[in-house]
Amino acid sequence: MTLQHLPALQVVVPLLAAPLCALLRRPTLAWAWATLVSWAALVIAALILTQVLTTGPISYWIGNWQPPWGIEYRIDTISAFMLVLVTGIGAVVMPYARVSLAAELPADRLPWYYTMYLLCLAGLLGMTVTGDAFNVFVFMEIASLSSYVLIAMGPSRRALMAAYQYLILGTIGATFYIIGVGFLYLMTGTLNIADLAERLPLVENQRPIIVGLAFIAVGLSLKFALFPLHFWLPGAYAYAPSAAAAFMAATATKVAVYLLLRFFFTVFGEAYPLPDMAIPVIWIGLSVAGMILASVMAIYQDDVKRMLALSSVAQIGYITLGIGLDSEVGLTGSVVHLFNHGITKGALFLLVGGIALTTGTVTIASLSGIARRMPLTMAGIVIAGMSLIGIPGTAGFVSKWYLILGAIEEGWWWLAAVIVASSLLAVVYMGRILEAAYLRPAPPGQEAREMPLSMLIPAWILVIGCVWFGLDTDLTADIAGRAAHALLGRAP
Amino acid sequence: MDIVIAQFSNTVTVILMVLGLYVVLARGNLIKKLIGLSIFQTSVYLLYVGPGKIIGGTAPIIAEGFDVYSNPLPHVLMLTAIVVGVATLALGLAITVRIHEAYGTIEEDEILKKDGDA
Repeated sequence: MTLQHLPALQVVVPLLAAPLCALLRRPTLAWAWATLVSWAALVIAALILTQVLTTGPISYWIGNWQPPWGIEYRIDTISAFMLVLVTGIGAVVMPYARVSLAAELPADRLPWYYTMYLLCLAGLLGMTVTGDAFNVFVFMEIASLSSYVLIAMGPSRRALMAAYQYLILGTIGATFYIIGVGFLYLMTGTLNIADLAERLPLVENQRPIIVGLAFIAVGLSLKFALFPLHFWLPGAYAYAPSAAAAFMAATATKVAVYLLLRFFFTVFGEAYPLPDMAIPVIWIGLSVAGMILASVMAIYQDDVKRMLALSSVAQIGYITLGIGLDSEVGLTGSVVHLFNHGITKGALFLLVGGIALTTGTVTIASLSGIARRMPLTMAGIVIAGMSLIGIPGTAGFVSKWYLILGAIEEGWWWLAAVIVASSLLAVVYMGRILEAAYLRPAPPGQEAREMPLSMLIPAWILVIGCVWFGLDTDLTADIAGRAAHALLGRAP
Repeated sequence: MDIVIAQFSNTVTVILMVLGLYVVLARGNLIKKLIGLSIFQTSVYLLYVGPGKIIGGTAPIIAEGFDVYSNPLPHVLMLTAIVVGVATLALGLAITVRIHEAYGTIEEDEILKKDGDA
């Protein structure tokens, strides 16, 4: 009975928990409530994933209205996989958040932070489960509006400008998306994603459809910060509270990429195979530009959080590269990198947030000799950094391996070389952090100590995840492979 | 005549869309940017509602003597989009107030100068 309603509960639980959280005026109480809800969401997501893996895609009719008239929640392998990523990161970040946020925010704002976090979680989960193109927009705006608030709560006043810029560009992105959906609706008369996919071949090669696809692609690219539409991202992640930065870096952009996969492959896949539209050329071009240029920009950053944020832009390039390859191996690489980069970047932001707690701002200079004061934190950064670079035995290697295989399968050796070259650039910027932390002497009088266990343990859970999913690829690569298979329309 | 009216609605949509986007990009004043953003979002309402209206069509209620109906769904969708637009504008203005409190100005270039970014 309850199991049957899991897709609705996945969204409704955090959505209803949010206003309740605002009513709990005590910070600790609000935190405990938000943590409980995050863990409940993870349990629901895990149940949904096992159900999808054993019995196939779930279709849930909201209010029992039959699709395409009613809104349908549709969960297949890739959306269940995304649910687990989003809720998993949420569940890990929450225990970390209490101490970290108490240091960064005034006490009276803390309950509002948790309220906004729950709304953001509900929005991201809603974007993932819904099978209705307009419903996606509504959830996208719930997630975006709450994340603007999360960023604006950052401790420095620069956070306000970062939030404002993200609000402007995020809203333009979402509006582009809704314009695109509008064109599709005008031509097909339906908003249900599965129904859209069926009806598109009937209106093949008409200009509004192409225009609609272009608007959706550009709008979503703004949302996930595809190079060169990434200008909002470095500021937003650098000045947001550490816990919010870790949560959003690991989830928000990934869900937008998921939506792009949905539209490219599920909606347009049959009627408009990508190669017919010269999309791979543009897509691979932008991805490669992002992988190289954003990495180079990251090397020149002194603010470590900005560096990590620019590195995210480069990593998004890897994910979109797999989309451009348009093969099962490439797409597997993309999907698995969504997950692997999520946990890797989440771990790095949590660990750097821990350093920020003791040293204030985190610049390369302030990291001098920090490895002696915070050995466990720095050891975590080393391991997560290796995963970011893609050293064998870490999660990052698995996804890059698939992408290189995909490139070679197409016979594009130069592309494989570019992937390796971009990884080498990651060695340079991670190397700057490690050089400062391990080789430079600590300035006298510096009182940095290891961060509290309540922050260290969640961060290390993600660090261990980086290694675990590098050695045991059954779970991630296997599911990603099935998801890619299903997206490309070959029977699962 | 019908075609002219349909094209009129589309023309206005495109003008508002481009105008709004231009204001967002060209203006440095944070409030003016938000005004541009609102105009941009408003064009979408027209994009949906315009084609949903059928000339001579009535509200979709079964009654004798009426058999041409306008599509009600775009109106419902845009009701939601209007709510989203209002929320976005409100949040944008709230952040602008906070920016004014923190920097004493709402001109983008002056703010960047104060942070030493420009």
